[in-house]
Amino acid sequence: MYITRRKFLNILTVSTAACATLLAPITTWAAWASKAFNATKLDDAYQNLFGTTTLTASDKIVLKLPKIAENGGAVPVSVKTDLDSVETINIFVKDNPNPLTASFHIPEGTIADISTRIRLAQTSTVTAVINAGGKLHSASQEVKVTIGGCGG
Amino acid sequence: MKVKAKFKNNITSVRLLAKHPMETGRRKNKETGELIPAKYIQELSCEHNGKVVFLAQLGTSVSKHPYFAFAFNGGEKGQTVQLRWNDNTGDVKKVDATIK
Repeated sequence: MYITRRKFLNILTVSTAACATLLAPITTWAAWASKAFNATKLDDAYQNLFGTTTLTASDKIVLKLPKIAENGGAVPVSVKTDLDSVETINIFVKDNPNPLTASFHIPEGTIADISTRIRLAQTSTVTAVINAGGKLHSASQEVKVTIGGCGG
Repeated sequence: MKVKAKFKNNITSVRLLAKHPMETGRRKNKETGELIPAKYIQELSCEHNGKVVFLAQLGTSVSKHPYFAFAFNGGEKGQTVQLRWNDNTGDVKKVDATIK
């Protein structure tokens, strides 16, 4: 079968247009750390996000979490620190299907004090990792998730 | 998206509640047994005076209708903060809020 010059040009324009539309959403999310978010193990998530798994436990991080959560679907968490030059605050839930929960970028002028609500699939250790001045500081706490929501 | 921005002691604190199902892609429809496709916010940002003051990248383990609270230095009553999120399906939502 012959392809005429005109047909060939038509195919060319259509395929480039298709490629462009397919690529567009990917470029807008280029910054989203998909590899780290899709990791299923805690160490893989650390490795993909920071390039290392070595963390230093720090007492300068204030991690506020309930000890017992009746509803694992919305557990309030707040992370605060007085460390200098904080770049990112990251929250990991060890026993979730994807441990990396959220990664917050703290530009200069923003206070290193954030709160949010996270999901826990089961009783697990929650770790906050703060990247400050090129070093990784961490703080952890265990949260018990009760089944049935009647306390425990 | 509900946003409250308050200015006090030279600090602007922002609290927001984004209305979003945050489907993990692992939940099943109880009647048909089919998996509900994932739909969750991937990025949420807040801009003030053309500068990004808060940027969050989220995974599936952030609760349904996510809540965030953060604060930044500066700001002024009457100014606006621009909030924006985009999810994995390409939906985008933008909301402007006035600092009170």
